[in-house]
Amino acid sequence: MSLLHSLLTLSLLFSSSLAFRSDELLIDDEEFGLEGGVQGHPKSPAVAQTRSSPPPSTATTTRKRYSDSDQDSKIQFSLEHAFGDSEFSPAGTFTARLKTWNHGGQTLTKLRFSRNDFTELEKEKFQNVLKGDDFYKIRLPSNVLSPPGREFIISSVKARCLPREGLDEHFVIHMEGINILAVNYGSPGACPHPRQLKLPTKWSFNSHTVLKNTEQAQRTPIFSEEILGGEIGEGGEVVMPPERSFWAKYWMYLIPLGLIVMNAITQAMNMPEEQAGGQPQQPGAAVQRGPPAAVRRR
Amino acid sequence: MGMQMAIRVFLPLLLLLASAEHSFSLYEDQVGLMDWHQQYMGKVKHAVFHTQKTGRKRVVVSTEENVIASLDLRHGEIFWRHVLGTNDSVDGIDIALGKYVITLSSEGSVLRAWNLPDGKMVWESFLQGSKPSKSLLSVLINLKVDKDNVILVFSKGCLHALSSIDGEVLWEKDFSAESIEVQQIIQPSGSDRIYAVGFVGSSQFNAYEIDAKNGELLKHKSAAFPDGFYGEVLLVSSDMLVSLDATRSSLVTINFQNEEINFGKTYISDLVEESSSNAVILPSKLSGIFAIKVDTFSVFIRVTTEGKLEVVDKINNAAAVSDALSFSEGQQAFAIVEHVDGKILLTVKLNHDWNGDLLKESIVMDHQRGLVHMVFINTYIRTDRSHGFRALIVMEDHSLLLLQQGAIVWSREESLASIVDVTTSELPVEKKGVSVAKVEQNLFEWLNGHILKLKGTLMLASLEDIATIQGMRLKSFEKSKMTRDHNGFRKLLIVLTRAGKLYALHTGDGRVVWSLLLSSLRKSGSCENPTGLGVYQWQVPHHHALDENPSILVVGRCGPNWDAPGVLSFVDAYIGKELDSLDLTHSVTQVIPLPFTDSVEQHLHLIIDADHHAHLYPRTSEAIGIFQNEFSNVYWYSVDADNGIIKGHDLKINCIGVADEYCFDSRDLWSIVFPSESEKIIETVTRKLNEVVHTQAKVIDGQDVMYKYISKNLLFVATVAPKASGEFRMVTPEESWLVVYLIDTVTGRILHRMTHHGSQGPVRAVFSENWVVYHYFNLRAHRYEMSVIEIYDQSRADNKDVLKLVFGKHNLTSPISLYSRPEVITKSQSYFFTHSVKTITVTSTAKGITSKQLLIGTVGDQVLALDKRYLDPRRSVNPTQAEKEEGVIPLTDSLPIIPQSYVTHALKVEGLRGIVTVPAKLESTTLAFAYGVDLFFTRMAPSRTYDSLTEDFSYALLLITIVALIAAIFVTWVLSERKELQEKWR
Repeated sequence: MSLLHSLLTLSLLFSSSLAFRSDELLIDDEEFGLEGGVQGHPKSPAVAQTRSSPPPSTATTTRKRYSDSDQDSKIQFSLEHAFGDSEFSPAGTFTARLKTWNHGGQTLTKLRFSRNDFTELEKEKFQNVLKGDDFYKIRLPSNVLSPPGREFIISSVKARCLPREGLDEHFVIHMEGINILAVNYGSPGACPHPRQLKLPTKWSFNSHTVLKNTEQAQRTPIFSEEILGGEIGEGGEVVMPPERSFWAKYWMYLIPLGLIVMNAITQAMNMPEEQAGGQPQQPGAAVQRGPPAAVRRR
Repeated sequence: MGMQMAIRVFLPLLLLLASAEHSFSLYEDQVGLMDWHQQYMGKVKHAVFHTQKTGRKRVVVSTEENVIASLDLRHGEIFWRHVLGTNDSVDGIDIALGKYVITLSSEGSVLRAWNLPDGKMVWESFLQGSKPSKSLLSVLINLKVDKDNVILVFSKGCLHALSSIDGEVLWEKDFSAESIEVQQIIQPSGSDRIYAVGFVGSSQFNAYEIDAKNGELLKHKSAAFPDGFYGEVLLVSSDMLVSLDATRSSLVTINFQNEEINFGKTYISDLVEESSSNAVILPSKLSGIFAIKVDTFSVFIRVTTEGKLEVVDKINNAAAVSDALSFSEGQQAFAIVEHVDGKILLTVKLNHDWNGDLLKESIVMDHQRGLVHMVFINTYIRTDRSHGFRALIVMEDHSLLLLQQGAIVWSREESLASIVDVTTSELPVEKKGVSVAKVEQNLFEWLNGHILKLKGTLMLASLEDIATIQGMRLKSFEKSKMTRDHNGFRKLLIVLTRAGKLYALHTGDGRVVWSLLLSSLRKSGSCENPTGLGVYQWQVPHHHALDENPSILVVGRCGPNWDAPGVLSFVDAYIGKELDSLDLTHSVTQVIPLPFTDSVEQHLHLIIDADHHAHLYPRTSEAIGIFQNEFSNVYWYSVDADNGIIKGHDLKINCIGVADEYCFDSRDLWSIVFPSESEKIIETVTRKLNEVVHTQAKVIDGQDVMYKYISKNLLFVATVAPKASGEFRMVTPEESWLVVYLIDTVTGRILHRMTHHGSQGPVRAVFSENWVVYHYFNLRAHRYEMSVIEIYDQSRADNKDVLKLVFGKHNLTSPISLYSRPEVITKSQSYFFTHSVKTITVTSTAKGITSKQLLIGTVGDQVLALDKRYLDPRRSVNPTQAEKEEGVIPLTDSLPIIPQSYVTHALKVEGLRGIVTVPAKLESTTLAFAYGVDLFFTRMAPSRTYDSLTEDFSYALLLITIVALIAAIFVTWVLSERKELQEKWR
């Protein structure tokens, strides 16, 4: 309890020393927290999207059971940043609740983030980075219990991607137990390619943070024999459609046959006419047909 | 709407074409038409000759690729061959009872007997032992125990005697308690005692006398030599051993058969004047004579009857010495092969008489074969009843040659059994102006061939005709021409082998067009242990630049470690000449071909060294200029699998502290650190750099469009629990898992992360277009599985409205920045698969339209073609009618293995290590090259050859039909004219 108290006072002290007071907004008991830099800032679509995809790994019931157990403890780890090639310096603090599961695993929940405002020097540095289209880098410890762990987790973004109205940033922290695997840092939306130089009108951060754990792979479906047998039967049917119409099967024979029949009919129609016309007409017909043939022969 | 309609019409059409189930199967007479298969063994390390009177003369060899083979001595063909497993390397080989080949392998733990005539395994014995040691094999010929030859094996600190009839252990003697390092097992001829000699520590010499019949220890002698020993002991006569002392400055003779062990010491400087202290005893099995290597000399030293040493000869060149071979009446001979001004000199000498040369032959040798590494001799009876000698020699380029009567009888390019990397090169364009005679002959041949073919189709051909047709098809002149063909089937496969030799193989018939032993990858003073790393296309002249030859970049390094300095070679791809070579001052850890070329069409390459500096090649100011323009867009990543860290980097301005404008510093942009206690990287896969994707859109159900997320910068990473990272460690399903990642290598974003619980490696994966297929083992189901992940771009998903497309209100043409937050969705599905897999690759075609097949190198060393449609996350148990029409296959739990879809049909690519696919110019066709100990090449059409007539299309039949039709037209015309005339006259 005393730890919590001291932490609280520390954070109070910490925040009061800043020009900007961060107003934390905790959405709910989910694994991700959301930190609005400006109070009353309208929720961006990006935030809505993060909410819509909660990590599926943890079951709600167990979480409820352990949410207020004594095993939970608060932890804190810091975010550091660098401008271009500069050294890393503290930039903010993440606080989270460490949850110990009955099987021994530990996970973080209720992540909150409070960001320090840029000092004048940092503002200047950031502007230089913006002008040079250079990187703005952040880093986190790879182990939240014993920072920095094995090595720092670094992520960087072209600084020109951040400024909107204020400075919009988006963290996706990939966790494995108490280890941070990777952090994806960038603007919450698009960063169109010809990056324009745009200075932020407000020097305050809109931070969105998401904690992500691994997804479970789907189990390979195992079909029983009967289903398989059915499958094959069905497959066989697909390969050999049961009833094709007579026309569909034999059209290639039917069409020539039809043509021959039609030809025969027309000839049969003509024959009686010719016979009806009698002999005298025949030379005429021959004459009619004669000249082109003669021409052709020459 | 128009586009959508087009897609809707076009796609089913394509799928219809693609839906041939038996998409790759051959008829019997098609084997060898467009494929070839070559069998190799690898670099020979032991050879024993088979001198049985009946049957043909054979030699049995064991190689560095763990192959044992029986070769025909006349022609060098393989009678039989066995490829042992990768960890089952052969330690010794011998012949027992005149009919069995005995092999000792797996560090002396497996002894096998193979039947000499047909190579069938007769028996196999597993030898137990407690500590690792030298493995020695010897077959005691003159010692019979119940008509049985005894095989002596020393391995794992234990001496075993086995029966050669059934491999039964007769007796065992364990030395592991004595802390002796046994160096030699000696059996003096004519006695039934054997000696095991060795060192305890560095200066104590021990000799054990053992009864060969029952393994009883008869005597144990020990003596200390205060100066200590260096290296191994060599038996020079029945009772004398030779070794070096610890300072390597003097030779020590050890006489061990007397009551006392006597040491004799002779300074090397007394024998050889200008000697240094780096003497090495050359391993040989001669009697009364041995060779040492001092600096560049090979010095032959004889042991006199008084036990004194005297130099008999000094050879100044690199030489190889064979073991002694006894021929008539107890005479022994051995061979020396040395290089004398461009030729090799083979000398066969009598053991006891140095100056009496039995044979002296000099043979012209292709200098591309390098130095002689090993020589084995064999004797035969000449027609005049005198003794002749033939020698089997192993060269620096791993090739195996048989020398007899001053000539090379046959040679085998065994280097091709150890291919490191493969690339391809186009052949030269055909020159105009072919002589008329050639055309006429060709025309005649062509017509003749077609008439024969016609006979074949009309079933009129006799058996001989059929044979001629088949022969003609196999040896088609078209196939093996040295020029580019219209379909792009003829290419050069440029392969780099472990020997440091580069070969160009013709895709038509697999013959070696040229070969080059790279001087930069040969052992030299500055480069002790050169290793080839890869081959890259360096200069690919444009189609119209006919006068330029393409060139190849070969990258290597001088040593086994990553920080060893690198070497580069540039080789002309048409003639196989080394154009240039560079000894680098930096190491080589990664070679990144950049997508830029300079004005002479040299590809720009970045070479990353161990300190994460990037070096630009070619080193020209023009290259720098091109590179500077793209400087800010160059990102690269590094995978440190041992520490489980993946890092992304970009480049900074030039290296600090080095005055080199082609060197660039890099800085870390992002990092992913896998927790060492729970994840270990076992596989990383990227897309092929030159892969062509035809369309980004994928039509779903004929209505909907999904956009593939196609990025060149995706990396697939598979990690497993460290406990389960070895090959099949015993782990329970609860403590093993497999995590797969899709990582963007520019920003370090993890786009997809998924855990397969209860699964373990080894993981084999292939990445193409927007999908990854990977293969692993499921411990819970006790089966292998294959999974597919497809990744789709959601940011473009709303570009479905045709009106928008028409009026240009879409974002399809806007540039993509990876710094935007990606909106991707992934789909995944898993299936069981019967085989374990050695390698997976995917077919690639010129434009990427043809449907894809996975080429799976199975554990049986065959290549299986599996349609990608079987690995489609959209498969479901009951697909809808629309899905069925589209070609979605109903979901089954395991992937089918159709016997006809083995690309290698009945053949095996022994020791399969890799499969390379190259697109042909013809869209339907892809060229596949599988390599291991064997080579296999074929041409395949995953959706059948929809864009060309098949090989066996009968032009003659077509021609004859046309001629017949024309004739019929004339005949009927004449007839009708006549009829008309008659009618007119009526």
